[in-house]
Amino acid sequence: MDLNYSQEELAFRDEVRAWLNANLPQDLRDKVANYGELGREDLLRWHRILAKKGWVAPAWPKEWGGTDWNLVQRYIFEEELGFVGSPPLIPFGLSMCGPVLLRFGSEAQKRRFLPRIYDGEDFWCQGYSEPGSGSDLASLKTKATRDGNEYVVNGQKIWTTLGHCADWIFCLVRTDSNMAKKQEGISFLLIDMKSPGITVRPLVLMDLGREVNEVFFEDVRVPAGNLVYEENKGWTVAKYLLGHERMNTGRVGASKRELAKLKAFASAQPGNDGEPLIRDPRFRDKLTRVEVELMALEITNLRFLDQMRRTGQPPGADVSMLKIKGTEIQQAITELAMQAVGPLAQPFVPVGSDAEFDAFTAGLAPRYCNYRKTTIYAGSNEIQRNIISKMTLGL
Amino acid sequence: MNFDYSEEQQLLADSVRRFLAKDYDFETRKKIVASDEGCSAEAWATLAEMGVTGLPLPAEFGGFGGGAVDLMGVMEAFGDALVVEPYLATVMAARLVARAGNEAQRGSVLPRVVEGRMRLALAHTERGARYNLAQVKTAAKPVAGGWQLEGEKVVVLGAPLAEKVVVSARTAKGISLFLVDHGALRLRAYRTLDEMRAADISLQAVKVGADALLGEEGGALPLLEEVTDFATALVCAEAVGAIKFACDTTLEYLKTRKQFGVPIGTFQALQHRIVDMYIAHEQARSMACVAASRADSAQSVRERQLAVSAAKIKIADACRHVSQESVQLHGGMGMSEELKVSHTFRRLTVIAQQFGDAEHHLGRFAALDTEGT
Ligand SMILES: Cc1cc2nc3c(=O)[nH]c(=O)nc-3n(C[C@H](O)[C@H](O)[C@H](O)COP(=O)(O)OP(=O)(O)OC[C@H]3O[C@@H](n4cnc5c(N)ncnc54)[C@H](O)[C@@H]3O)c2cc1C
Repeated sequence: MDLNYSQEELAFRDEVRAWLNANLPQDLRDKVANYGELGREDLLRWHRILAKKGWVAPAWPKEWGGTDWNLVQRYIFEEELGFVGSPPLIPFGLSMCGPVLLRFGSEAQKRRFLPRIYDGEDFWCQGYSEPGSGSDLASLKTKATRDGNEYVVNGQKIWTTLGHCADWIFCLVRTDSNMAKKQEGISFLLIDMKSPGITVRPLVLMDLGREVNEVFFEDVRVPAGNLVYEENKGWTVAKYLLGHERMNTGRVGASKRELAKLKAFASAQPGNDGEPLIRDPRFRDKLTRVEVELMALEITNLRFLDQMRRTGQPPGADVSMLKIKGTEIQQAITELAMQAVGPLAQPFVPVGSDAEFDAFTAGLAPRYCNYRKTTIYAGSNEIQRNIISKMTLGL
Repeated sequence: MNFDYSEEQQLLADSVRRFLAKDYDFETRKKIVASDEGCSAEAWATLAEMGVTGLPLPAEFGGFGGGAVDLMGVMEAFGDALVVEPYLATVMAARLVARAGNEAQRGSVLPRVVEGRMRLALAHTERGARYNLAQVKTAAKPVAGGWQLEGEKVVVLGAPLAEKVVVSARTAKGISLFLVDHGALRLRAYRTLDEMRAADISLQAVKVGADALLGEEGGALPLLEEVTDFATALVCAEAVGAIKFACDTTLEYLKTRKQFGVPIGTFQALQHRIVDMYIAHEQARSMACVAASRADSAQSVRERQLAVSAAKIKIADACRHVSQESVQLHGGMGMSEELKVSHTFRRLTVIAQQFGDAEHHLGRFAALDTEGT
């Protein structure tokens, strides 16, 4: 047994780390460090820097811009990306729509969409959830009716992350309501957000951030050529995506960075007795527990990766545990940060012009609120537990 | 043994609850939060009429001489409705005036508070002091005709709305209190996470008269400790009301929200979760009784502190547990600011830390509990 990266892997990590550090613009770095709100331009700027380097979609085939890195290198890259503290790479185009097109898309669709996703020309969002269909996604009702060379779409999506920034949305829609199983009769459709009949309405979350939306479709006409794969086979596409590339759901790199920030903060912050808070055993023990949790997650993650590398088999339902543990750790860190600032966690919205907030501390409470989402989205942690219970344990 | 409220206590709680249900519903509250003042003059006037502002103040100034137990039902109703009026801040400062003030100070402040014509704030917390009440760096120097205050106070609840502010400062003899007019202070105001108004106050060569000194010079710490324990007992009761709301509304959601063709409350995984919330609520209620009753009638300071800390430990845990679970079990809807439950989440998050988080009170309890062993 050897838990260490090889010399080559370490060299690769150092190279990636050095490049990322050298090329992440300072203003973006600061904004991320202070939990500022990242807009479309911020996100695309970083995306384009990586695209230019050829690193924006490592997992794609080489002919479409991929890097040919092996599994471990790809994992290392993603962890370093999280660790450096850059704006996130928005997954909807790069790791959702892209892989779907690569696997199921027609040549014409690949040529039309993939280069624009790669270069950061099109911004994508994901239209799956509906008011009545969250965990029970297959019950979705948004309807697409074939009319000549077009589909006519009617219905509503909800919780659409960054829908207000998006040029395109990929949707699951119902094309046949008379199927025996609700998973049948669903299709995967690409829709231009500028199409007449689409209305995007912001949905304010409790941290007051602008992040998710409701998207309404009223007689939206979509060229039939935007159907991916076959009509009524959208569930196959959706399932492929769910099983695809979930090795990084634990977000170990990002949590390492947040934990390091928290430690630095707690070292500078006085505790009740005036000594640095980090020396307060009650606080320190909680911090240490999270750190050990994170270590266990990282090693489990690497163990799965190693298994996958040897067998060529994805770990299947067990990646759900990476999502469960990863999100619990992310939330625990935001909770500890709130505890660390203590009474200074309360200021929330300035009133009047002369109000000034310390950017970092002022970001902690909204972040604590916002991160409650992590155990809800991308398959709630309850649903992830159901998956393990059913698929792995056979209950 | 008797855990019931007296008839009077119950009557008051009921009428406050009815008033809030009618005139302080969630939609109205949203408007109040968004208004310039961030609180409601009408609601304050009504609370004064009902005797709520006078309840914890001495009878000789028009009050009712009540204690924490008398206020439990009211605070619970406040927690349910998420009242954002500066009640806690006013009560803390007013009780300090009542305890420490001279006749002139008490006479000029207390009747007006009772009648709902004056709101107050207590400026004590400083940057870096966390929950340690003894840490005061703000200084008060004697100067001709009075005192000069120098320093900074942070997260002073209700400060933007207060006509007078009780400010703590260190003098040669120790921590002392000063009754300062709002106009003499420079504020940086904001809305807090739980949608109340607060401010940071910078005190730069603030001159106050000799008559501003409240109580004995250097004698403020025990008073601050007492009033903070009292306020902690009040927020424990308030938390119970907010926790109850979070449990009830989540239970309702489990019964009505359908996924996979059935109410999500039919999933046993969620049934156990709501049961644990329900248990947390009952235990929080028990401990809120402990805090209030001992804040009123403990035989010693030590007994009071032990009880209040024990209660706050359980309440802080329950606040976090119930607020997080109520959001989680609502799925995406729980994150939405449209739903009251996300605002209850925010209030509970603040209460969990207000006047000391669980770790702070664990420290105080453990130290007292193991004294002399
Ligand atoms: C910030 C945020 C961003 C999002 N971004 C997007 C996006 O970009 N695109 C998109 O399509 N969707 C997005 N979502 C939606 C997300 O995928 C859903 O919220 C999620 O699937 C849960 O669905 P729901 O909100 O309807 O909750 P529900 O499914 O109603 O669940 C309510 C509660 O019941 C539990 N539950 C449900 N079924 C079971 C069961 N069988 N057993 C046990 N417990 C169960 C859930 O875990 C949850 O706790 C986002 C959500 C959030 C909060």
